[in-house]
Amino acid sequence: MIGNLSHDKMNMAEADPATRPIEGYVHRAPTVTVSRRDTTAATITTAASSATATPAAPPAAIVDADHIYYRELNAAIAGLVADGVRDITLRRVNGQRYLGNGLTSPDLRLRIEGVPGQDLGMFLGGAAIEVYGNAQDGVGNTMEAGHIHVHGSAGDVVGYGMRGGEVFIRGDVGYRVGIHMKQYQSRVPTIIIGGKARDFFGEYMAGGRMILLDVASQLSGDALGMYVGTGMHGGEIYARCPVNPAQCGREVGLTPATDDQMAELTPLISRFCTVFGLDADRALAGQFTRIAPVSSRPYGNLYVNL
Amino acid sequence: MCGLIGFSDTAGTRHSGEAVVRAMALQHDRGNGLGAGYAGHGIYPEFPDHYAFHLIYETREALEATEAFIDHYYDLERAEALPTRRTTGITDAPLLWRYFAKPESKKLRDSGISDDDYVVNAVMHINTSIEGATVASSGKNMGVFKGVGFPEEIGHFYRIEDYEAHTWIAHNRFPTNSLAWWGGAHPFSLLNYSLVHNGEISSYGINKRYIRQFGYICTMFTDTEVAAYLFDLLIRRHGLTAEQACKALAPPLWSQIDRMDDKARHDYTLLREIYASAMLNGPFAIVLGTDEGMVAFNDRVKLRPLVAAVEGTQVAVASEESSLRELLPAPDFLWAPKAGEPVIVRRGQAFQPPVVSTSKPAGSPVGGAVASMDVLTSESEVSA
Repeated sequence: MIGNLSHDKMNMAEADPATRPIEGYVHRAPTVTVSRRDTTAATITTAASSATATPAAPPAAIVDADHIYYRELNAAIAGLVADGVRDITLRRVNGQRYLGNGLTSPDLRLRIEGVPGQDLGMFLGGAAIEVYGNAQDGVGNTMEAGHIHVHGSAGDVVGYGMRGGEVFIRGDVGYRVGIHMKQYQSRVPTIIIGGKARDFFGEYMAGGRMILLDVASQLSGDALGMYVGTGMHGGEIYARCPVNPAQCGREVGLTPATDDQMAELTPLISRFCTVFGLDADRALAGQFTRIAPVSSRPYGNLYVNL
Repeated sequence: MCGLIGFSDTAGTRHSGEAVVRAMALQHDRGNGLGAGYAGHGIYPEFPDHYAFHLIYETREALEATEAFIDHYYDLERAEALPTRRTTGITDAPLLWRYFAKPESKKLRDSGISDDDYVVNAVMHINTSIEGATVASSGKNMGVFKGVGFPEEIGHFYRIEDYEAHTWIAHNRFPTNSLAWWGGAHPFSLLNYSLVHNGEISSYGINKRYIRQFGYICTMFTDTEVAAYLFDLLIRRHGLTAEQACKALAPPLWSQIDRMDDKARHDYTLLREIYASAMLNGPFAIVLGTDEGMVAFNDRVKLRPLVAAVEGTQVAVASEESSLRELLPAPDFLWAPKAGEPVIVRRGQAFQPPVVSTSKPAGSPVGGAVASMDVLTSESEVSA
């Protein structure tokens, strides 16, 4: 035994009511300020009626998201949408995940100030999400329709399994962007990146379109990382940078973008530049490389002759 | 899925752990309440030369046996229960004690080994031979505070805000294939190394057998433990720099080595051959805290997230940017470190945020060779 220490006493101090746990997120409804732009409107107008001859703009709402847990935030968004609000601004967002999940109103605009957490706009079915800040991992995970515009950079796995709609990232993105993207008939998802992308761009991509511009990056070095299009068997990637076959998976081939292809890309890229205030002439200048699979069914016989 | 944070001030200024707990709490959903912890370096300036042993006891017998052992082999300066407080969500807390001690001088001399090795032997003895006793940390002027709970709960329980450190690491655990218990929470620590990890070390079996040859015995049922011991082996005992240690544990792929110039290819081939059994395979992000600062790095194909920011002399890394914003609200530079390229922060040295370059294959249209061995010794080479 050491010294004369008493081991009979638990090493637990008395409960101290003055010291509350350090809280991360808090579980309460956020403070919401609704502004009715047309105070004469007796009832909240729907999106359809607001486009008629007597325009009564639907109310807009500002939500203070400071340290509010994501469930309470999404519940507040759902409540506002049900009340007919079509313009929602979340202020002081930091790390709340799943924001805007599964929203379906095509006329809804969700503005996010700060850094939204993982899986922003997952399963999005129609709204427009605008992020004034960086986004974390998993933006537009399994998204079906709608728009996500990020005015900063984004993390890994942007557009994971995305099957429709559009994701615009002004700055750089991380690893595995566009992984498992797919398309079906008229649904062709689009991802445009203003900066650079890291390795595994378009990994296992099965459909859709990605465009990498490298006009708004904070990074030096190559615009595109290694293992581009590994396992890719559908869709197409356009990169405004030199691409070396050694950077790419064996499933893809490289060709310079044709005039016809550029004619198709130009309106998309122009709109991207308009959204973020970038120079479209610069973004459209230079040679684009098209990266596309050389076979549509590379694994067609994988399990045939076992 | 786990969450982690590293924070270090190159000026050596000490910061309360409160902000670290707040930042960690933002990653609440990366864990599931089955483990969280913190390590602070620089927290015991009143005992700069004593080894600070943090002990976790499941039984009173374990406490008595351990104290008898320490009493026999060490000169004890102070022994006390770790200050804790009742916290919602924290149940079944074991007995938690700390001891400030130095090896008993005659026994140390007779042992013929260094004081650090003397301490490592003691840690291994306690962990393997005293049932119900686990050494959470054993370094100087540092300590590990960990347990089963969410990070905000564990932070509150241990009164983390009462400690000030120049380097903090923190963890939120979501155990997937190993036991959830107090000793198995992160950080794992030996001497002045503390380590947190998000991911899975698939090479655990090989690594564990490898370090067993050097006297390290894994007892905590968590793969991360082996990484903490590997750093002690590679840096303290083999004299590798932090950069070299990271490159030994997460070396370039052979396909990348094949494209290097002759010298780099030779050096990396040697490194991979010598440390083949030390290489960490699997998806991971790791943060190592030391008395010197911190090291953060990823597996080579970035299968776990890691972002970093610098604001003045303060550098932070985390699994999510939200934590960086909580710690450094106005960062000078914020970036996602490249896979396999360590972020190394050294006390007393101005931190240069690397402008990360993408390695190019030989014959790339824009030219250039992939990273050479020089990056292991020259920080400036990292920025291209």
